[in-house]
Amino acid sequence: MTASETQAQAAPNAPNMKGCSKPSDRDVLKQRGQREVFCGLTSIVWLHRKIPDAFFLIVGSRTCAHLMQSAAGVMIFAEPRFATAIIGEKDLAGLADVNEELDRVVGRLLERRPEIRMLFLVGSCPSEVIKLDLHRAAQRLNQSHMPAVRVVNYTGSGIETTFTQGEDSCLAALVPHLPVADAQAPSSLLVVGALPDIVEEQFRRIFSELGISRFDFLPPRRSTELPAVGPSTRVLLAQPFLGETLIALTKRGAQHVFAPFPLGAEGSAQWFEAAATAMGGSELEARNVLARYRSRADRSLSRYREILQDKTLFFFPDSQLEIPLARFLSRELNVKLTEVGTPYLNRQILARELDLLTPDVVLSEGQDVDRQLDRCRAANPDIVVCGLGLANPLEAEGIATKWSIELLFSPIHGFEQAGDLAELFVRPLVRRQALKV
Amino acid sequence: MELTMWTYEGPPHVGAMRIATGMKGVHYVLHAPQGDTYADLLFTMIERRDVRPPVTYTTFQARDLGSDTAELFQQAVRDAHERFQPDLMLVGSSCTAELIQDDPGGLASALRLPIPVVPLELPSYSKKENWGAAETLYQLVRGVVSAQPQSETMPAQDAGPAPQPTCNILGPTALGFRHRDDVTEITRLLGKMGVAINVVAPLDATVADIARIPQADFNVVLYSEIGRTTAAWLKRAFNQPFTSTIPMGVGATRDFVREVAELTGVQPNIAELERDLRLPWYARSVDSNYLTGKRVFIFGDGTHAVGAARIAADEFGFQVVGLGTYARECAREVRDAAKTYGVEPLITDDYLAVEDAITNLQPELVLGTQMERHIAKRHGISCAVISAPVHVQDFPARYAPQMGFEGANVIFDTWVHPLMMGLEEHLLTMFRDDFEFNESTLPSHLHAHAAGHADRPADTSQAPLELEANAASADALITVSWSDDAESELKRIPFFVRGKARRNTESFARMQGVELITVETLYDAKAHFGR
Repeated sequence: MTASETQAQAAPNAPNMKGCSKPSDRDVLKQRGQREVFCGLTSIVWLHRKIPDAFFLIVGSRTCAHLMQSAAGVMIFAEPRFATAIIGEKDLAGLADVNEELDRVVGRLLERRPEIRMLFLVGSCPSEVIKLDLHRAAQRLNQSHMPAVRVVNYTGSGIETTFTQGEDSCLAALVPHLPVADAQAPSSLLVVGALPDIVEEQFRRIFSELGISRFDFLPPRRSTELPAVGPSTRVLLAQPFLGETLIALTKRGAQHVFAPFPLGAEGSAQWFEAAATAMGGSELEARNVLARYRSRADRSLSRYREILQDKTLFFFPDSQLEIPLARFLSRELNVKLTEVGTPYLNRQILARELDLLTPDVVLSEGQDVDRQLDRCRAANPDIVVCGLGLANPLEAEGIATKWSIELLFSPIHGFEQAGDLAELFVRPLVRRQALKV
Repeated sequence: MELTMWTYEGPPHVGAMRIATGMKGVHYVLHAPQGDTYADLLFTMIERRDVRPPVTYTTFQARDLGSDTAELFQQAVRDAHERFQPDLMLVGSSCTAELIQDDPGGLASALRLPIPVVPLELPSYSKKENWGAAETLYQLVRGVVSAQPQSETMPAQDAGPAPQPTCNILGPTALGFRHRDDVTEITRLLGKMGVAINVVAPLDATVADIARIPQADFNVVLYSEIGRTTAAWLKRAFNQPFTSTIPMGVGATRDFVREVAELTGVQPNIAELERDLRLPWYARSVDSNYLTGKRVFIFGDGTHAVGAARIAADEFGFQVVGLGTYARECAREVRDAAKTYGVEPLITDDYLAVEDAITNLQPELVLGTQMERHIAKRHGISCAVISAPVHVQDFPARYAPQMGFEGANVIFDTWVHPLMMGLEEHLLTMFRDDFEFNESTLPSHLHAHAAGHADRPADTSQAPLELEANAASADALITVSWSDDAESELKRIPFFVRGKARRNTESFARMQGVELITVETLYDAKAHFGR
């Protein structure tokens, strides 16, 4: 037993999670040790695809640049819409005024990329530790570059954000820039969280069928078309990791619509129902409209259910999507959950999800990776969901793995993707059966 | 402050990880914030290692900065020692921890662990990966060797006939470009010459092996970037000479054999050493005529760039039109080589500057790193990878060394492959005006992705679960058409599965007797067939 541990209610190797009365105040295993997770900078990999007229400039070290190219896998773009301003020895020694240097770098960058309309200055671990004030830098740069380019800052540093929290931090930074919605305006829906275009299109169609005509997406596809926000705004989160953004939006008067997340047939149905009722529609009518989608999604799941039925699954913490995914896998595909690890558990945002999880499911928050690996080996699950650093070593030990990063890079939300989502978990199992070597 | 899109080298602590991961029984405790653990995937994904790198990260967070990050570091060292029981520990900081100045070396030594602890000071804001690897190897070897009693570091003085000469191979690491196979090849070559290997370091070496390094007669430096600092120290401390020729290509390998012969007095059987060498004959065979004077641009680390330039000019008959390196440590060697070929050396780690050089020179072949491979792909220029930075495909399943005589054979195949084959080039000239054989036609053995399709994902197969629709079914008689909505929805589907989605949907529509395909039909079909 180590001193760095801040133990919650349970012992590490024999978690006793049973017997809590309300699911949302269930016990959670918390350990403190090495966290094998990405930092928030990694979310730039999908954010820059979502907002094609924005550029992400990390103010950091060579490590940040190296992370970006390693996490992005291959260097597929001639000039990607992200880059790193690498802090050098001179900047640290004070020989060069860091702010002047930053202005120079930004000037050079914008000259090269005249099509850019929004520039994100992204803080990193080193910039946070040396207390480089990127907020002031953004204000200063706006004086010279607005209105052609709007400069916005947020942090993606590992000391403050874990993986998907980078998106949260980015979207929260956009909130102060959203126009004010007219106080008398009829209520409108704001869907928050970056979704692939094809999913967004499907959602638009379903909203229209549900009779919802006033809706927007954050982030928008164009940085110049920011949605308005005010007391008439109903916020529906499409991703579970957007706690800061939600707080920022509620501060501007918007109301949070509680819902499970649109993963799987059930989750999608409840999410759209929540949207419909929040916008003044009737639950019954919504159900009628959604029935067709739901039964089609059910059909697409049936073939995978046969394979996943009673399989055991272990989640390492990664994206904060773990709890909605666990709910989908256990309720719609009859998967047995061994442990559901999440980097951070937001009980408010996940309230509806936690209600749907049976009380015997073991949840863990945070990480001591070595001890979690011990538990995982002891449990010997059929599938492990984990990051890229752990996948091959676990495979070599005979445990099938699903890379969690694929859950962020693939379209998985909504009815039409329910089958695809199930297939992501099926593929490692089918592959193992297919291989005869 | 330096603006960069891509970087040729990682930070210096990644270099230290390459040493620790290459060795056995060494553990590295790195004071670093969460997120820096991404470096694990370099080894587990790119190199496909089947175990985690032996690295513990403290993964401190913002809330720890206010309290005691030093205590967090000590705890991590204690836990790592208890769990992994290493023979030696490396301790150090990543870029962020360097700023908070916790002194990992002092903190670790205060714990009085029963094993040697080597503190690493790797300045992240001025140095890079290769330097970090070289410095780590040097500190580790020096630390271990200096702790030995003098008698154990000296060669055993046996009476009797002159013993077989021995050497160490210095430089190969984890995540190195073909290091694994180069070690095998050079070990075999030296063995045939009658030279035994004392220690290979750091790849697969134990701490006990490191302690035995001074017992060898000389050192072979295989990668100057990583091995030379250590070899130079061993020469000063133990009068152990080291080889200066990198055995890459036929000429350089012959020079290397000569150098080793002079150092040891062995008399190698050259014909036997070159028995399986095919490059010289392949280069002289008439089919290779078309290689004459091909314009090549070469960029990489110092060792591989200089080696490749000599092979290109002397062993392929190419014209070297550009030569450069991102490794400033090797700038002098690259400048000297550039002078030989009458070109301007390009010493830079700015990816865009390299791209500009390639654009201006318009070579017919680029020999570079994964970065140059991307540049070449975009410009539609043939390319072969000769140096790190590496990608997963640079760790082939087959034996594919770059060094020694077999390495020369491998290089011949690797560099010729992306080029138009000899006879094919003639045919193309002959049928130039034929519509099928226009000048933009790519070699038949390459995939037909021309410039502009650089963002095409490499893996387009979704193999195991695909349920292919039976296109040849009897109801193919029904003609189906696509509504505008469905057509535009189809376009939103990723292009590499779009064709199949179209086929499946049409087949489904026929099965159902649907004549006009709507968005509904598209998704009904998707639900029917799976993805």
